[in-house]
Amino acid sequence: MKTFLPNKFIIERNHGRCIHCQVCVNQCSYEAHYLDPFSGEVKSRDRNCTNCHRCVAFCPTEALAIRCSPLDYVPNRNWTGEVIEDIIKQSESGAMVLTGMGNDKDHPIYWDKLLLNASQVTNPSIDPLREPMELRTTLGRKPDRLAYDKATGRLITKLAPQLTINTPIIFAAMSYGAISLTAHESLARAASIAGTLYNTGEGGLHKSLYKYGANTIVQVASGRFGVHPEYLDAAAAIEIKIGQGAKPGIGGHLPGEKVSAEVSVTRMIPMGTDALSPAPHHDIYSIEDLAQLIYALKEATNYTKPVIVKISAVHNAAAIASGMVRAGADMICLDGLRGSTGAAPKIIRDNVGIPIELALAAVDTRLRQEGIRNQTSIIASGGIRNSGDVIKAIALGADAVAIGTAALVALGCTVCQMCHTGKCPWGIATTNLALTKRINPDIGTQRLVNLLRGWSLEIEDMLGGMGINALESLRGNRLHLRGVGLTDTELEILGVKMAGA
Amino acid sequence: MKKVYPKEEVCMACRLCEVHCLAAHSLSQDLIRAYKLESPRPRALVQVTEKGPVSLALPCRHCREPMCVYGCFAGALTRDEATGVVSLDPDKCVGCWTCLAVCPYGAIYRDPARGVAAKCDLCAGRPQPACVANCPNEALIFAESARG
Repeated sequence: MKTFLPNKFIIERNHGRCIHCQVCVNQCSYEAHYLDPFSGEVKSRDRNCTNCHRCVAFCPTEALAIRCSPLDYVPNRNWTGEVIEDIIKQSESGAMVLTGMGNDKDHPIYWDKLLLNASQVTNPSIDPLREPMELRTTLGRKPDRLAYDKATGRLITKLAPQLTINTPIIFAAMSYGAISLTAHESLARAASIAGTLYNTGEGGLHKSLYKYGANTIVQVASGRFGVHPEYLDAAAAIEIKIGQGAKPGIGGHLPGEKVSAEVSVTRMIPMGTDALSPAPHHDIYSIEDLAQLIYALKEATNYTKPVIVKISAVHNAAAIASGMVRAGADMICLDGLRGSTGAAPKIIRDNVGIPIELALAAVDTRLRQEGIRNQTSIIASGGIRNSGDVIKAIALGADAVAIGTAALVALGCTVCQMCHTGKCPWGIATTNLALTKRINPDIGTQRLVNLLRGWSLEIEDMLGGMGINALESLRGNRLHLRGVGLTDTELEILGVKMAGA
Repeated sequence: MKKVYPKEEVCMACRLCEVHCLAAHSLSQDLIRAYKLESPRPRALVQVTEKGPVSLALPCRHCREPMCVYGCFAGALTRDEATGVVSLDPDKCVGCWTCLAVCPYGAIYRDPARGVAAKCDLCAGRPQPACVANCPNEALIFAESARG
């Protein structure tokens, strides 16, 4: 069928600079560059370009630039180019439109409408270069009260298992299969160097990464891929994944092409078969059922590891979270509207769920009102872009945040949203061995460690400016936030005052 | 002695080592001029070998028992006993290709434009060979051993 889709991007080659070395040809996994055998010149196929910048970054003479095609449709607020082209795609494929990464629509980003406080005159700010700052965070269920032996001063209360991380930033769940083993290894090693956690996602844990177990959260999701006793034993914590911010309410689908030999062994499924995660856990239809799985996992690991329950931020997140805590979740992970994915139907990614800022504030408020906030730690994720978002999330009530896209960007991702093709030229969202080699885990680890260090330094600076020397003092301290450009209802749900008030 | 060692597991066959090697052995020392203006065009002294996902760039090993030196009847190939570097003097090379035939690593190439052999000289005079300095994935290291 003749396609009616126009080219999205134009590759501009500066012929004065191009030396026809073919580096762009060998780096583009979409075959957007090719050698013309007749002229010996390197040329481009604009149609194949995804604007991932791989060729631009690697061109040794800086001869390449890519721009969006200026071709536009007749201006129309209703029938935009995106709407028209999605219809064209579906009329040609008869399928759902798939996409990768997070929601790219113009939904409000509340982080940008929240502003932080700083000390002036009446309370001194703290200089983190001269005074110690505490970002250390302890995740896990905290007791209602502590009892001490009066004679010895020893703690009598038996504490639930706790996880200590050096910075309130962990790596979000991304499965081996959705991302490459080299990306996984980079995340695992960076987490272990930085003293934080990474998350296996639903893809199981590759044998070579068991040694980073102390920094690993293993996931138990609806497909139960790769779950076995050693897997649970290897981890620092276990996460039951109910939902994902990018695709609330639906399951996962790893296409058979991505199920390579190693992926198949790790996931415990036949090679080349589609890995289909059901939409619900078929053994969880209620809070009581959730409690059964939580306690089955606690029992299986001898009550030594905290159990996390992850949900996507949906309308009733606060009530659901309350049930999750009462069901025994030591931590809850909320994944917001802008959370990313390796592949999801575009219509779901762009329309289902609620922003993480509102869900986080609502959940924290609800758990406080019910007097059970101490029984769980809250991890906020889905669109955390910088240390400003991190510190605002902490002030809104999160114990820690999880970063997925930001971590992948550190590894080279340019958010071109083509993860679902499995051809990631940056070696991230692919299992093609020729492409996964593009991440050198030594370099990947360093880039991730650098990112965490940079953000941690910025958080310390902002904390010091507020006159606070421990992150614990900011946690849920919404008086340090003010809103701009928000309605009364938004301010009420966020639990923050209007700037100036 | 320090040599260039490849790390196959992270070589992605981008061939930037070849591009920068060529420029480093050009008259102008400039990528664009070397490729576009110099005639005959200089030849890269390193070459990526690639089959499926397996790839690596293997320049001259500067062998302790250099078959190429033993085989060279023109006296163009010599091994410096002090530094261990095996060098090629293009003025003496007669283009008989015996060295190509005997090199167990396939690390000597033909320079057809000049009719002589071409091989890695470890970029004498530079702090690091150009291929190592410009490998974007650290798949080439300049070190005493393969382990770095």
